[in-house]
Amino acid sequence: MAVQILKEKYAQPIRTFKLGATAEEGGTRCCSLAIGGEGTLPFQHYEGVNPNKPIVAMEVNTMIDLDWNENLKNAIGAQYIGNPTEWAKYVKEVGADAIYLKLDSADPDKGNDSPEKCAQLTKDVLAACDLPVIVAGSGNSEVDEEVLMAVADATKGENLLIGFAETEHYKSLVAACLGNGHGIIARSPLDINICKQLNILISEMNMPLERIVIDPLVSSVGYGIEYAYSIMERGRIGALTGDKTLSMPMIATVGFESWRQKEAWSNTEDFPQWGEQADRGPAWEAVTAAACLQGGVDILCMRHPVAIKSIKRQIDALMVK
Amino acid sequence: MKIIGERVNGMFLDIREGIQKRDPQALIDWAKKQEELGSDWIDLNAGPACANEAERVEAMKWMVEVVQPVTKLPLALDSTNYDAIEAGLELIDDARIADTLINSVPCEQEKMDRVFAMAAKFGCKVVCLTMDAKGVPQEADSRVALAMELVANADMAGVASDDLYIDPLILPCNVAQFHAPEVLKALAQIKTLADPAPNTVLGLSNVSQKSPDRSLINRTYLAMGAACGLDAVIADPCDDALMEVAATTEILLNKKIYADSYVKVYREKNL
Repeated sequence: MAVQILKEKYAQPIRTFKLGATAEEGGTRCCSLAIGGEGTLPFQHYEGVNPNKPIVAMEVNTMIDLDWNENLKNAIGAQYIGNPTEWAKYVKEVGADAIYLKLDSADPDKGNDSPEKCAQLTKDVLAACDLPVIVAGSGNSEVDEEVLMAVADATKGENLLIGFAETEHYKSLVAACLGNGHGIIARSPLDINICKQLNILISEMNMPLERIVIDPLVSSVGYGIEYAYSIMERGRIGALTGDKTLSMPMIATVGFESWRQKEAWSNTEDFPQWGEQADRGPAWEAVTAAACLQGGVDILCMRHPVAIKSIKRQIDALMVK
Repeated sequence: MKIIGERVNGMFLDIREGIQKRDPQALIDWAKKQEELGSDWIDLNAGPACANEAERVEAMKWMVEVVQPVTKLPLALDSTNYDAIEAGLELIDDARIADTLINSVPCEQEKMDRVFAMAAKFGCKVVCLTMDAKGVPQEADSRVALAMELVANADMAGVASDDLYIDPLILPCNVAQFHAPEVLKALAQIKTLADPAPNTVLGLSNVSQKSPDRSLINRTYLAMGAACGLDAVIADPCDDALMEVAATTEILLNKKIYADSYVKVYREKNL
């Protein structure tokens, strides 16, 4: 007797966000990437559709004195540090799907670039490389509001994805994204209730739900990724079973989270039993990304070229039906 | 908790006059208002507006024609006259027919044969009453036995168990107090009758007939019913306190993920 495969029937798919606009769509990108759209849990092809591949966005950072791990900087190419436009061109060489432009230089302690300067840097990056672009502020909420508004205004029509909106300050960013046709990253601190509430608050400003991408603020392998997974899973099941306010694609800043852990950056000499740091670092990043994919993350923001190439191979394998 | 908005009913004077004079304004206003306040269906019932059965058919057609274009919600066609319901179903647009409710059929063979065949033909859903020609039973077990018969008859006609909304019939607590706990017991058991489980529904306002504080009784019973497996109620979505309780039951039963604005989300179907 044939075994009957039980399948879940879900009420609705995840919404599809369009990242980047081509010339026909009013932008200058080489392509427009469809993000999300899953009709089932990640890669359960037998049960429902997974129409769009998860994408990898490679980080380009604007800070000149970047205090990243030496091996990581060398793997990217030391010549790109402090030169975001050249770095952006390299993103395409690595084979990443998009650029994750991190405006760390806007932070008063890390370069104090003005909003105008940041807007210009963003335009330079857009001119240097035609991949779709995700932009994030410095993380300093005192300056990010004005910086991101300037960036959003200067890039109207490019369908960027801009972050981060948080419950404490989201209004000006929503307004800027709304008026300029960009998507917005809604970030909540590993808390599904705040995640949902923030999406509601953003939608109350008339932002279409299709233009919100959730950042659940995942952690790295070794630092509570299991908890992050459970939050992503709960949100995704809630969305598939009918919760419209959670039915958005997800983004994760995997590079940032992985490379701040000592398992990624500690010297080989200090922890010889952990193996070569040059291999261990990208492995830590790639494994974290792999866990995020299983939680339903649609956009992986990553740093190390080897980790990026490795996770892209895994995505291709996972997408085979 | 799904809400079948009860206000477009000829027992209300404005609706009765609207039907009799074929003046659509009151029906349109109430349909829109109930949608805005968080209904999942708009119930259409001519009630005492019609003097004879022939009029019921015409009244139902007119009500569907008036209400369907002004709401995105599916309709619940509420009549004891099945010719009227069938005439109404003919007018429902394709996109909404699968969610349309026939309201209702009791556990009487002839009526079940007619209604389930109609539901199978149109592909719509049915409210089933756990009563037969003898009336409403007192005990939970008798209600459940009738529910089983309804499920079995629906199945034979090709209507799936999850297209049924079984109503174990609550009676006014001021005169028939005994029924309230029996209905709760019946709700829980009805959910175990078939796989997929049938849906359950109550004509909620009935529990508080002729009591002074109806809203209090209604919303208390709603919460108790929800805990026993109640899926939908025919109720007044203008009752804010009731709607707040309905929203809260979904949180406390872990059916919806909590957010501070959960009541607003519950009432706004586009969220």
